[in-house]
Amino acid sequence: MPSLGADMTAGTLAKWCVAVGDTVSQGDIIAEVETDKGLIEVEVFDAGVVEKLLVPEGEKVPVGTALAEIGTGTGSATAAVTAAVTAAVTATVPATVPAAGPVPASVPGSIISAGASEVDLGGPMASPAVRRRAHELDVALDGVRGSGDHGRITLDDVRGVAETSAAPVALSDRVRISPYARRIAIGRGVDIAEVRGTGPGGAIQASDVLGAKVQAPSRPATPAERMQRAIAVAMTRANDEIPHYYVEQSVDMGNALAWLRETNASLSVSERLVSGVLVLRAVARALRKHKKLNATWQGAEAVPCEEIHVGLAVSLRGGGLVAPALRNTDEGSLSELMARMTDLVARARAGTLRSSEMTSATITLTSLGERGVESVTPIIFPPQVAIVGCGATAERPWVVDGQVVARPVMRVTLGADHRVSNGHQGARFLSALDRLLQEPEKL
Amino acid sequence: MTSDEIRATLLACLSDVAPEIADEEIEDDADLRDELDLDSMDILRWVQGIHKALGVEIPEDDYDKITTLGDAIAYVAARV
Repeated sequence: MPSLGADMTAGTLAKWCVAVGDTVSQGDIIAEVETDKGLIEVEVFDAGVVEKLLVPEGEKVPVGTALAEIGTGTGSATAAVTAAVTAAVTATVPATVPAAGPVPASVPGSIISAGASEVDLGGPMASPAVRRRAHELDVALDGVRGSGDHGRITLDDVRGVAETSAAPVALSDRVRISPYARRIAIGRGVDIAEVRGTGPGGAIQASDVLGAKVQAPSRPATPAERMQRAIAVAMTRANDEIPHYYVEQSVDMGNALAWLRETNASLSVSERLVSGVLVLRAVARALRKHKKLNATWQGAEAVPCEEIHVGLAVSLRGGGLVAPALRNTDEGSLSELMARMTDLVARARAGTLRSSEMTSATITLTSLGERGVESVTPIIFPPQVAIVGCGATAERPWVVDGQVVARPVMRVTLGADHRVSNGHQGARFLSALDRLLQEPEKL
Repeated sequence: MTSDEIRATLLACLSDVAPEIADEEIEDDADLRDELDLDSMDILRWVQGIHKALGVEIPEDDYDKITTLGDAIAYVAARV
């Protein structure tokens, strides 16, 4: 079971798309998994023959659980090959990660779009066995401090949390709670006002939350509510743990829009472009020279990503938000990118995204300009280290050759992780983005 | 082609873009962007659908003439 988000600990195997004996190729959809973010298609990245389906349809299993065995068709599949997990990890580990390193069971992710990293701020590092044990003991790995190498969570860590969750507690007369504990409380739906803290001064700790009773919901949560809960958990973590900084720039969109109008006039209706694709491409191209922003946070350091996969924030009309990745956003023609973007947005809203699209974004672009807002101050999706927000393009006074004229201006905001880059570097990125949008014909 | 036939076609095209929106939710004078939460890509896909279904090409400069379903019906009726 691949992790398709920072706080995903389990998923339900909704449907097998292959049967034993089927030959699969890289990129084939082998299963559909139901998560808080909807139904996600799981791809396989190794060619072979399906030798065994290990999880029946309808069964909920922890992240890291082997789903199927893929082999040569002679029954010689490597023991417990986790097709989906292997696939997702293979697809998302950046080239800069040493190939010889151990592949973690946790494919890290963000709430919405998981990033390309081996280890991340967003997802705890733990082996499949540890995840299984945690699931059995009802321990949320998110709140467990790992004692292993680089913070990896061990079986002892899980057992320790499970044991201390039953410890006697003293009533606190005011709510003091650690960020970890608050995050777990949100994720588990625990009312912290009802939790007794055992930390210094009665502070509520993660173990307190884990030991608290979860109020039974009066009705099952809707998919939109589950998605919002996942977003809440991840955004709370991002806000707690990532030292954001922001830089903004106003960009004259006059050249871009004039070029777009002229270009669209010469294209057939089916080939028309929207301004969003220019911004998307410009963000990707600007990252080529500002690689610190195209990286993921892995444990205690940033790891640059060689390829540029911009995640596009897509609001769902029924509620919720996803940010699937457009892989290699800086490459190919604008027409190709437009077609890919149209397809991605349609599938995001139809709930037919693929696992690789949910786990490979290296930065995110969010635009609320169409709703008229002047600017956006976005929160980074872990384990990414930057996010770009665009406001509305509107006529504003602008100085051209010493004269004040009305120009279509868009406010662009970069939110970035101060552990990885600084304001000066962020400002240079925005300047590069501005320059690129002044020459749209080169995009 | 009658107005009702155009309406049915435009709604079918809109349904392709935003299947979660029920036909009965759409008032003739409702601003499609605001009321149905459509963005520029949705509008483009709708325009593409109309072109494919009815052969009516709506230039970008005319997008502000099809902001409501009623406006769009009138626009298409004049050109079909």
